[in-house]
This record gives sequence, C-alpha cells and structure tokens, in this order.
Amino acid sequence: MKETIIEFKDVHKSFNGLFVHNGINLSIRKGEIISLLGGSGSGKSVLLKELIGLLKPDNGEITVMGKNIVQMNEEALMELREHVGMVFQGAALFDSLTVYENVAYPLREHLKLTEREISERVAEKLYLVGLIGIERKMPDELSGGMKKRVGIARAIATDPSIILYDEPTTGLDPMTAQRINELIIDLQKKLGVTTIVVTHDLQCVKTVSNRIAMLYNGKIITVGTWDELLQSKIQVVKDFISGNICI
Amino acid sequence: MNILLFIDVTIKNFILSVGQAVLLAIKGFTGIFLPPFNLRLVLYEIDNFGLGSLLLVDLIALFTGMVMALQTIYGLSMYGAEMYVGSVVSLSLVRELGPVMASIMVGARVGSGIAAEIGSMQVTEQIDAMRALGASPIKKLVTPKMIAAMIALPLLTVTANVVGVFGGMIVALFELDIDSVFYINSILTTITVSDLLSGISKTVFFGLIIAVIGCHFGLKTTGGTTGVGRSTTITVVTISILILISDFFLTKLFFILF
Repeated sequence: MKETIIEFKDVHKSFNGLFVHNGINLSIRKGEIISLLGGSGSGKSVLLKELIGLLKPDNGEITVMGKNIVQMNEEALMELREHVGMVFQGAALFDSLTVYENVAYPLREHLKLTEREISERVAEKLYLVGLIGIERKMPDELSGGMKKRVGIARAIATDPSIILYDEPTTGLDPMTAQRINELIIDLQKKLGVTTIVVTHDLQCVKTVSNRIAMLYNGKIITVGTWDELLQSKIQVVKDFISGNICI
Repeated sequence: MNILLFIDVTIKNFILSVGQAVLLAIKGFTGIFLPPFNLRLVLYEIDNFGLGSLLLVDLIALFTGMVMALQTIYGLSMYGAEMYVGSVVSLSLVRELGPVMASIMVGARVGSGIAAEIGSMQVTEQIDAMRALGASPIKKLVTPKMIAAMIALPLLTVTANVVGVFGGMIVALFELDIDSVFYINSILTTITVSDLLSGISKTVFFGLIIAVIGCHFGLKTTGGTTGVGRSTTITVVTISILILISDFFLTKLFFILF
C-alpha cells in the first residue's frame, strides 16, 4: 500500500455555531486521485481550504507530508503551499492580470527564476492544459472552460506534489467537462501528483477517481472505489448515487 | 428601546471595525519592512490615488476658494475689512478646508474604489487564491495602498491649496478689483510655515485612514455583489466620519506642536 500523504484526524469546524465538520477522519495516499463527494453546503470546499491553511479547523489535526498544518503560522504555510496547487471553483484568476501573469504568479512568489525561465514554464503549463497563444489575453476574454484550464495551469506551475480541484466541472457543458476530467487524469499520470477533487458531479467522480470519500452530516461516511460505492449498503450513499434525495 | 439597542450595536460595531482596522494598519506597516519590496506596485497605487484624483480635487478646491472669497467679502464688508480677503481665505484653506475637503473627496473616490476592488477579489476567491499561491494579501494589496495614500494625499492637498487660493484671487479681482500682487502679498504675510505644515501633516493621517478603512472593509466583504455594494457604502461613511473626528484631535495636537 502506498504511503499516506494527507491525513485528517477528528477535524471539527463550525461557522456561527453551525457545524460543518463533525469529526472528519480521512487518509489520502500518495499519487492517488480521490474525490470528495457530497451535497451542496456539506463542507467539501471548506475541507480543501483547511488543507492549505486558508481556514483553521476548530479541533483536530491535519497532516500534510508529515507536518501538522493546524499548528503552522502563515510563513510556514506559505512554504507548504509551494507544494500544493489549488484550482478554485470559479477559477479565481486575477482579473487585472493577463493569462501569462496569472500562470507566472506562483513562480514569481515561490521560485527565483529568470524571466526567460518563467516564460518557458508558463508556455509549458499552458501547453499541458491545451491552451496555446492566449498568454496576452485577459481573464474576461476567456470562456468558462478556458478559465478553468488557466486555473489548472496556474495550480501546476510550481510542479506541486498535491493538486486540489474545487468543483472543476461545475457550470461547464458536458464536452468541456469531459475535457477537464481527461486533463485531471492526464496530469496525474504525467506528473504523478496526489489529486483531490471536490465535486457533486457523479460523471466526474466516476471518470477520474481511484477512490471516493463521501461527506455527509459533517463526517466521512464511506470511502471506496466507484464499484464499492455502487455496492454500498448505506442508504444515503445509495440515494445520492441514484439521485433519489437531494442532500 | 429598539432605537437604543440599534444605537448601542451601531456604536459597538463602529468601534470594533476601527479596532480591526488599526490591527490591519499595524500589519500593513510591518509589510513595509519585509522583503520582497515592490516599488512598481507602490508607484501604480500613487498614480491611481494621486493622478486619478488630481482633477477632481483641484476643481473642488477652485470653487471652494471662490465661494470662500465671496462669503468672506460679504462678512468683512460689514467692518470695512474686505481688503483682508486673501489672508482669511488662504488661512482657512491652508489650515483646514484644503486638507479636509481634499481628503473627503479622495476618501469617497479612492476609498470606495479600494473597498470595491478588494471586496470583488474577496467574493470571487481571488484573495484566497493569492494566499494559496504563496502571496500575502497584506503585502500585495494593503501595504502599497497605505504607502501610496500617505504620499499622494499631502501632494494633492498642496495642489488643492494653490488652486483654492487662486480661486479666491479671481473673485477678489473681479468683485473688489483687488490687485493680484496685493492679494498674494497679504497671503505671504499671513501664512506661516507652521500653518502649511499643520494642514499638510494631517493629510498623512487622513491618507492612512482612507487606505486602511478601504482595505479593511474590502477584505471583510461577504455576500457576493450585494456585499461589495455594502462594503463600499460603509467605507465612504466610515472614512468621512473618521476624517472629521481625527481632524479635531489632530488640529488640537498641531496647535500644541507648531
């Protein structure tokens, strides 16, 4: 079995007295693609933000590459973030910067590279996500799918060990969503990164995941492969997959 | 009872916001001394803060100077002292009206802009993305705006003072037929360096207030585009109130210092 790269131990989080996480326990193995499945507002995105220290859990421990990040200060978190790329739900591209500057952003922050090296790295990452010749465009000139792909190029710019995708296919047409799914698998194969995908898109889950964890009522209620999920005896899991209830 | 409760909550929220803004200002100041230093960002903000507001501030100053001269002539004519219009107008402008008017105008224009810009970044997760990509929003956004505001606003105030005094001179010339040389001489014999310094020094603090309050409410924005609108409104209100309150204490302080 591959080594554990990320571990959530009894993680609790609440906002204004309403709990979102009520004792999350989850181990993620190095190099796998794991999807976090759950209904809207179930706390999937919060879990990703806790993983890179954008939000602090109220209780519990989150270990990333052997370090408990809950205890880390902002400076230590900055160093950690060099090894973790995150693709945000709405891409979250800096709208005052060009595509080139967006992808170059983490390179300038984390690495001491010459402008030529940055330029080469940006071109390489944009090529990986299938976007060529759009370096000078502004984010508002791009389609939703292109923005997502630029967001992915930016997330992989520093060659991170872990990539987090927050709703990578939400709001995209089926063909573009499928391209994004293929891109997630392709990048995992090419770069060997550990990938966490947060989604409620079952097609995405089925296509990309090695394992799937389902979040319900603030806890991980099951972890397994797609086939194991289909065989699950847990009523909530069965209902979610068959679309019987809206969680 | 409900009104009392509303006042109580409003005052507490106001004090809480000011306290949080002070903490943000401290973090912003710390950012000045921590590498990497990005002069380009500061120059960009000075351009946005200063050059972008120049025409607005000077136009307001011109008409303020003209109105001041008209009113002063009316008031002084009762005592036959209208010849001193230059002294009164310039003293009022340089010590008080120039700095406060310029700061409130710039506060409305730039403060709301800062809150809207950072608020939009907050609701579209760009602030989170910035942190996730290893950058500090304080260092990238707050510190350059603070430095720029503290440099640009005093410079804007100097231009506002000059233009305002010029406006007064035009009115004095046409209404009283006062010779321009006499008008300028009366200003030079009235205004002292301490008058100039007390007026301009205040704007360094006002600039800080504008930048920090704009950044503070921008970073606190929640609730999508409605939240951005709310942040810009509360920013302008808070900046205006804080400028007027701090103006009183700074004036008192500068009376002691200069």
